[in-house]
Amino acid sequence: GLLLGAATLKNTLLEKDAGDSVEDELELSAVRHRPEGLEQLEAQTRFSRKELQILYRGFKNECPSGVVNEETFKDIYSQFFPQGDASTYAHFLFNAFDTDHNGSVSFEDFVMGLSILLRGTIQEKLNWAFNLYDINKDGYITKEEMLDIMKAIYDMMGKCTYPVLKEETPRQHVEVFFQKMDKNKDGVVTIDEFIDCCQNDENIMRSMHLFENVL
Amino acid sequence: MATGVAAWLPFARAAAIGWMPVANCPMPVAPRDNSKRQDELIILNVSGRRFQTWRTTLDRYPDTLLGSSEKDFFYNEESKEYFFDRDPDAFRSILNFYRTGKLHYPRHECISAYDEELTFFGIIPEIIGDCCYEEYKDRKRENLERLQDDQEENKDQKLPNMNFRETMWRAFENPHTSTMALVFYYVTGFFIAISVITNVVETVPCGTTANQKDMPCGERYTVAFFCMDTACVMIFTVEYLMRLFAAPSRYRFMRSVMSIIDVVAILPYYIGLVMTNNEDVSGAFVTLRVFRVFRIFKFSRHSQGLRILGYTLKSCASELGFLLFSLTMAIIIFATVMFYAEKGSSSSKFTSIPASFWYTIVTMTTLGYGDMVPKTIAGKIFGSICSLSGVLVIALPVPVIVSNFSRIYHQNQRADKRRAQKKARLARIRISKSGSGNAFIQCKRNGLLNELLELTDTEEDEQKLLTKSISLLESQHHHLLHCLEKTTAHEFVDEQMYEQNCLETVLPNYPSRSPSISSQDSSAGTCCGRRGKRNSPLPNASLPSTHQGPLQELSAIHIQCGDPPFHTASRSNLNLKTDNSGRINCKGGRITTAIISLPTPPALTPDGDGLHGPPQRRPLPPPGHPATPSIQTTSSSAGTNIVKVSAL
Repeated sequence: GLLLGAATLKNTLLEKDAGDSVEDELELSAVRHRPEGLEQLEAQTRFSRKELQILYRGFKNECPSGVVNEETFKDIYSQFFPQGDASTYAHFLFNAFDTDHNGSVSFEDFVMGLSILLRGTIQEKLNWAFNLYDINKDGYITKEEMLDIMKAIYDMMGKCTYPVLKEETPRQHVEVFFQKMDKNKDGVVTIDEFIDCCQNDENIMRSMHLFENVL
Repeated sequence: MATGVAAWLPFARAAAIGWMPVANCPMPVAPRDNSKRQDELIILNVSGRRFQTWRTTLDRYPDTLLGSSEKDFFYNEESKEYFFDRDPDAFRSILNFYRTGKLHYPRHECISAYDEELTFFGIIPEIIGDCCYEEYKDRKRENLERLQDDQEENKDQKLPNMNFRETMWRAFENPHTSTMALVFYYVTGFFIAISVITNVVETVPCGTTANQKDMPCGERYTVAFFCMDTACVMIFTVEYLMRLFAAPSRYRFMRSVMSIIDVVAILPYYIGLVMTNNEDVSGAFVTLRVFRVFRIFKFSRHSQGLRILGYTLKSCASELGFLLFSLTMAIIIFATVMFYAEKGSSSSKFTSIPASFWYTIVTMTTLGYGDMVPKTIAGKIFGSICSLSGVLVIALPVPVIVSNFSRIYHQNQRADKRRAQKKARLARIRISKSGSGNAFIQCKRNGLLNELLELTDTEEDEQKLLTKSISLLESQHHHLLHCLEKTTAHEFVDEQMYEQNCLETVLPNYPSRSPSISSQDSSAGTCCGRRGKRNSPLPNASLPSTHQGPLQELSAIHIQCGDPPFHTASRSNLNLKTDNSGRINCKGGRITTAIISLPTPPALTPDGDGLHGPPQRRPLPPPGHPATPSIQTTSSSAGTNIVKVSAL
């Protein structure tokens, strides 16, 4: 009687395990992601076939599953800034790239973002930058949001800088930014103020063209 | 260098557009990708087996053979492929390193062959991934030990200049080194055996004589035994003294276990000599003779196995201690129970709880002498429970202890190994990380040097000699870091500089702003001027005209510092000569200091337009231009030629 009971128990456990493993497999295959075809991407972005191929190979090498989650993204981005802490800024960047807010950046998101940044018009680029700064995506950049972004940027510099980084440096920088951008002094920067102001600033205009030959 | 994620560098650079609206200074120029090659397939022929990969895959690690121009040495023109005369099997894992970024160690591969391949292809073994690193290190250590054993046998050769004392010590430690040592070794072993046997035989009852009862041999042949004992003790004493004389560190020798055993072995004899044949102390004397049995431990010098046993017992002490503790608990429990169970019965041997200990121990170890037996029913029941649990309590842990010991022993070794390796690995990774950070700072200095030479019209070749040729990838990465510097208007510095700056901020503030500062601050002006100059290679429009300005500043630097225009020297000037300027920089607020005068119109000076916003560290164009091109260290009262050094 005891043996029988033990045998049936074991069987039920095994079945449950098998069921679990099937479900697990389904989950795993959902995580694997295949991008849309080459032609579609070619049509949607401003990259040529060859460039898309190169981009995809690099992307898939780093993320064999086809999607980047935030941890991997932070990891990769931090490797470019060994002296500081790039994770906060990487978080904001991730949100800017993850346009459908599903927690992962697929190759399409990646390539759309890059297309705007590298081959887009000035308007589109500024739009993208505004989107990056507007953390809660409500159409207004407040001082708090800008302060967060600024702190994240200064975090990337790390500790060993010249001159020594002070506590109020990001805040001061935000003040300067708002002085420049906030024309009607209402404490927030809207997209129009932003684009207007940037278009009138030579420096910014020039720097927008800086990375055009990146690929 | 973030070579592992080199494929993402274009992304990181594109994302830098996010900094642009925030930055107040113009950005540096991006390095041009002159060799606009299409990505092509490279064929690597390794001893006949052909591997193909993209060129960019190999370029990910530019400081290895395959990633750098070193592979051009192996290029075969006729077949348009790179030929390597190496092992193709080992090459697989090396090529996989380029592809996946992780280096694995194939277990079937010989460790030294693999090491050689890694060295040939310029890959450092520390990059081996976590999955394979432990195995790699273990094999390497084994190999090293094996080689070391071979070497040690040669080590026992007589060194030329050993004095008598060292020779003696060597003879004592390694008996196989000379014949004399071997003879000595066997003689002492023989005498130890003789001494032990003597002690044993001393107590055996020898044959009887008619009139006397059985007496031990020791008392019958007192003289003989005494002579034997004396002889042994003589030998042992001489041996001990000789070891003491030859020991390199006498204090350490006296503290070692073996010497303590030696002393304990021979001391009873001398104490016996000294003490008289007094009745009171003879009892103590007899006790002392027990210690003669410790001579048997002298054998451990002769036996490797005994030493290992002693060592293993020592290392397993905690497990044995726990066993003892749990046994003690069980004994006390059962003894108490038996005592109270048997209290009722008459003529019970269980007179007290300590008396019951004996019963419990005998029962639990399943000895069962039968000298103490429970008589009551309750006592018998508990007695049987005691013996059953004895089997469990004793028989079970013993094999567990044994296997535990073996597992813990190996694990401890492995854990210590891993910890030591981890520390070393992390240290090396940290160094390489800081190296990559420093690489950028180094590059800045080299870049500055380069520009200086460029402007003073030195030959292209000389220029190239002075700068290390950096790959396109690195220059792009540095450009990215440079843009970040510009965005935040702060610079990356290395640890040293940071420490110095911090120290300077601690120093008390400079009291006055008298004109006497200005002459000293000319070198501050120098560095500001120089720093301003570094911003110059930006706006393409003003490129030709800015050459003039910096040139003047350069000549100023030349004249002013009187040093060769090495970045480090003038930097150290900044820090040594004028700690004022360091302090001033770190202090809050603005201070006017003197500058180098520039006979160039303000529009042409670099960054003439980037003046809006406080975080500036550049020389403002002088509103009025003095005619003389020489340095003028004007006082701040003059008003003209001011450099605003605002602290950030």
